[in-house]
Amino acid sequence: MSTDLETPLPTKFDVSDFDPRARRARSIRRLLLGTIALVAVLGLPWWVYPPIAVDIAAWALFAISVDLLLGFVGALSFGHAAFWGVSAYSAGLIAQNFGLPFPVAIVGGAIAAMIIAVPIGYLAVRRSGIYFAMVTLAFAQMIWFVANQWKDVTGGENGLQGVPKSFFGIELIETEAFYFYYVVVILIVAGAWLAWRIVNSPFGRVLVAIRDNSARTRALGYDVEKYKLIAFVLSAGIAGVAGGVFAISHGFVSLQELDWTTSGKVVLMTVLGGMGTLWGGPVGAAVIVLLEDRLATSGFDGIGIITGSIFILCVLLFRRGIWGTAKNLIDRARAGYAKRRS
Amino acid sequence: MDAFLQYTVQGLAAGGFYALAALGLAVIFGALGVVNFAHGSFYMLGAVASAVLLDVLGIQFWAALVIVPILMFIFGIIIELLLVQWLLKLDILYNFLLTFGLSLVLVDLVKRQYGVSGLPYELPAGLGGLLQIGSVEVPSYQLFVFLFALAVCLVVWFVLSKTRVGMIVRAATEEPERARALGINVSAWVTPVFGFGVALAGLAGVLAAPFRAITATMGTNFIIILFAIVVIGGLGSVLGAVVAGFLVGLVEAYGQGYAGTFSQVLIFVLMAVVIAVRPAGLFGRKEAV
Repeated sequence: MSTDLETPLPTKFDVSDFDPRARRARSIRRLLLGTIALVAVLGLPWWVYPPIAVDIAAWALFAISVDLLLGFVGALSFGHAAFWGVSAYSAGLIAQNFGLPFPVAIVGGAIAAMIIAVPIGYLAVRRSGIYFAMVTLAFAQMIWFVANQWKDVTGGENGLQGVPKSFFGIELIETEAFYFYYVVVILIVAGAWLAWRIVNSPFGRVLVAIRDNSARTRALGYDVEKYKLIAFVLSAGIAGVAGGVFAISHGFVSLQELDWTTSGKVVLMTVLGGMGTLWGGPVGAAVIVLLEDRLATSGFDGIGIITGSIFILCVLLFRRGIWGTAKNLIDRARAGYAKRRS
Repeated sequence: MDAFLQYTVQGLAAGGFYALAALGLAVIFGALGVVNFAHGSFYMLGAVASAVLLDVLGIQFWAALVIVPILMFIFGIIIELLLVQWLLKLDILYNFLLTFGLSLVLVDLVKRQYGVSGLPYELPAGLGGLLQIGSVEVPSYQLFVFLFALAVCLVVWFVLSKTRVGMIVRAATEEPERARALGINVSAWVTPVFGFGVALAGLAGVLAAPFRAITATMGTNFIIILFAIVVIGGLGSVLGAVVAGFLVGLVEAYGQGYAGTFSQVLIFVLMAVVIAVRPAGLFGRKEAV
């Protein structure tokens, strides 16, 4: 089933590959974008309150993990909070009980998320389109119920409190969010790099083929379910890294991490940023985290009214999202420029 | 055995809400191709509206049972004209996302207006007591909910399958192009059908008002169970929605009775089994993916 998500195929074999001038222009553009990204990643805790910077980084990676499925497999997961939350609880428990340095706890959390993703993904990939969204949502809710009832481990409604940030006894990193950011951002960038590698690999090409025409891909001899399942588990792992970072940064884990509104929030970020772009997610994450922070400090208690309205407007008028619209404008301007030159 | 019968009645009553609301979801999906994420919020609005009508205008349950669905019908039509119709031609995910955003707005609006604690509502006159069946006493209101919901489902089924209006709606759903060619204004029918589906959710809300906590968030878990129901029943199927609705109500009640704390998980286990064995759902057609 084809999904018309208005996402242009990431064209890998561009004609401009063979034009040296266009190639140079492209590498300059890449360098420019890379520099902007690097400045944004390194400068973030200078511009915003450092704990908020960590939040933005975690949500950004979470949004990338959702976009990996939505934009490149055409599967909307409305239950990604399951992986974010399972990893948050697992990372919290590992850090609490074994006193391991937090990157180990985060990686452990991500592995737990991937393990839980195998049975959920196995069942979910049997359905596509809207069914996939409903099935993932339902299974995520099941995990929420289990966590709510399994009080011995999860602490029920109290959550996990006092998760330590141990990091080889380096106090500056353990206590100052500013320095903590620069350690966790390595994990975040690694996760984002992994997503980018997946999309730009032969494996990623097959995923896009499944998105565009799963029947044809199957006819070409690819095991569609297997590819989707692998993508699902990888996406869950990336979401797990994000959830682990979030849990360690906050020092506590609550049921909110598994809540369906968390799944909805990350989908909102992905759509707002621009689905199928991978880098739109971080933009959407930054906008929403900063907006919610601003609203919370101003004492406004109806955040859902604002975010829900943004979502409605975005879906009605602005389906490419922020990144997609910007990219579209730049592409059009470039096409116009090229036309005038020739 | 006595306990079993009580759980059965309890499950059939809960199944009544689920069946009515799932029926609305199925009708909307059938006619518009929209999976309405805001359906749980419409159910919540139905319950809140009955509580507010009672509080402000002194309108009792029996009148609310008629007035609230009409109000929800109008509300549904406004939503369809204002928001939903613009995305009908696009991928189904867009309206799913749109109605998700709408549900965020509705829940927080109600939360701001009426707070997070439950609104009061009493059992309607004449249905507050217990009914003796053999050696078992069952709450008469639960029995009423079951029978009423069943009756509404039967009426809807009758209208859809036996009347001219139902024929037009089915034709507009299944063969929109051909229906248009035969002179039926398909788009004129789509809007009232959406309103009708919303009215069914509102009706389920009115029925829930006397014995569920009326809060802004009462619809959020409800919609996820509804999704599980339509996955179990098969999304395109009206019969599937109703049967799976009652089935899930029973599973939930027996779970609460016998499995205790993990009862809610049972619904999702049931869903997992259905997906594994019959991916299209119990009554779904294979191609309806």
